[in-house]
Amino acid sequence: MAELLLILPGLIEATVKIVGLVFLVILPMVAYSVYAERRFSALLQDRVGPNRVGIPFTKISLAGLGQPMADGLKFILKEDFTPAHVRKLYYWLAPALTMVPALLTCAVLPFGGYLKVPFVDEPFRLVIADLDVGILFVFAIASLGVYGIVLAGWASNSKYPFLGGIRSSSQMISYEISLGLSVIPILMIYGDLNLGSIVQQQHEHGWALLPVTLDGLKPVISMRDLALLVPLSISFVIFVTSLFAETNRLPFDLPECETELVAGYHTEYSSMKFALFFLGEYAAMIIGSGFAVTLFLGGWSLPFGLGSDGSDSLFWGLVGIGTFFAKVIGFILFFIWIRWSIPRFRYDQLMRLGWVFFFEIALFNILLTAAILMIFRQS
Amino acid sequence: MAIVVKRPKLNIFERMYLPAIAKGLLITLSHAIKRLRGQTKVTMQYPEEKWDSELPDYYRGAPTLVKDEQGRERCVSCQLCEFICPPRAITITPGEIPSGDTWAKVEKRPEEFEIDMIRCIYCGMCEEVCPEQAIFLRKDYAITGTTRAEMVHDKEKLYEIGGVREGLVNKWNELK
Repeated sequence: MAELLLILPGLIEATVKIVGLVFLVILPMVAYSVYAERRFSALLQDRVGPNRVGIPFTKISLAGLGQPMADGLKFILKEDFTPAHVRKLYYWLAPALTMVPALLTCAVLPFGGYLKVPFVDEPFRLVIADLDVGILFVFAIASLGVYGIVLAGWASNSKYPFLGGIRSSSQMISYEISLGLSVIPILMIYGDLNLGSIVQQQHEHGWALLPVTLDGLKPVISMRDLALLVPLSISFVIFVTSLFAETNRLPFDLPECETELVAGYHTEYSSMKFALFFLGEYAAMIIGSGFAVTLFLGGWSLPFGLGSDGSDSLFWGLVGIGTFFAKVIGFILFFIWIRWSIPRFRYDQLMRLGWVFFFEIALFNILLTAAILMIFRQS
Repeated sequence: MAIVVKRPKLNIFERMYLPAIAKGLLITLSHAIKRLRGQTKVTMQYPEEKWDSELPDYYRGAPTLVKDEQGRERCVSCQLCEFICPPRAITITPGEIPSGDTWAKVEKRPEEFEIDMIRCIYCGMCEEVCPEQAIFLRKDYAITGTTRAEMVHDKEKLYEIGGVREGLVNKWNELK
């Protein structure tokens, strides 16, 4: 009983964080990123997009902000059809296996610095699980996402989903390598796998891609950081491109590939099971953006080392959270912008890009980073 | 004979692909900016915005019956429109004008005149064929109803939409 009382505060804290982040932030963001995708793509293509659905039974349309609710309701009310020719167990398992890893990775995502709540002495760290192997955890869990797609393709027992599943597995395996290798320069520079402390260092010394701090009003940048910008930019390009491939977004959406494979791995799915695939893709996109922001764009920190990490005041803690989600939303818009600008790659081009270019460039990049770190070694 | 298609030679920037992506992104972004500034023509938001004021004079909307300046029904129920109507939307029940009436010399008028708007194809042949210039296609296009019976325009409804048309042939006004 005494032991229970000891772990109780921690348990409550974790529950509040999980519910707050996953159910109150990430899942609504998933729903609204679908809406954002539709509205933003409409802008890019000289259209209007969904602007009708607002508060039900009134004429208030709120620029279509009710659309995600209507879509969700539609998905729930649709007939959940299971074809006779599928392997039932795997067919039912696959959608969950896509959604769960996507949401699981947000456990180590630092979505803010600290939150100093009044009447509580110790400020709360704004991360669900402050793991020292943060990045490894992310890669381990994120690569599970491919199982959902492969299982969906296999269990559907039909040719197009099968092809989609095969494509997905080979694509994900190919790009996982360059994704992992492109992060190594970051690890070498910050010397830490804990995402929270990576962001903390970026907060103190400027973002990885904007290593500028302010001395009064004069920007300060060291030679070492300037030199490191070269490998970091290369890393960033490879990381983001691999992220597109990992999350099956255009221009790498070959597992889905409407024009070739009907709908790829989820051809045989309907209703909420399809929605889980669909929303899992968006959840993966949001969390992937979160990691790109955390690793390369300073996470929750303001540029130029402004502000504080929120360990002493509630205000800066909230600013940190706001900054993080503003950056993530910006990155999601970038995802959408790319999707509606660039045509899909051919399958052999995709493989060639992954294995012949990115793999080698990422390896070379690690050597380059090591060399720069050697030259500017702090003795 | 085989045709050799000349492939364009790509320069270094094009082969690097990234500058091309940047270019593509700029193109789509410029569209987004133009759209945000309202410089792009987009779909009309129909029930709120309407095109009614810009409908051309020759627009073919719902066919209607019209009266002349004296309030006389122009239609003499010759039934030409009924015969010409390709989808057979028009049904006329001809009737006689009683001898006491001011326009007794016209002799005939429609007892009932029905246009089935579910059938009507807005071709305008009824207007073209009418020797009395009694039937016109007006600019009403949103003809709706919840039942089939509601979609059949009877004489009263047709005159209501049609109204009065002036300045046309007035052969019945002068004594002959």
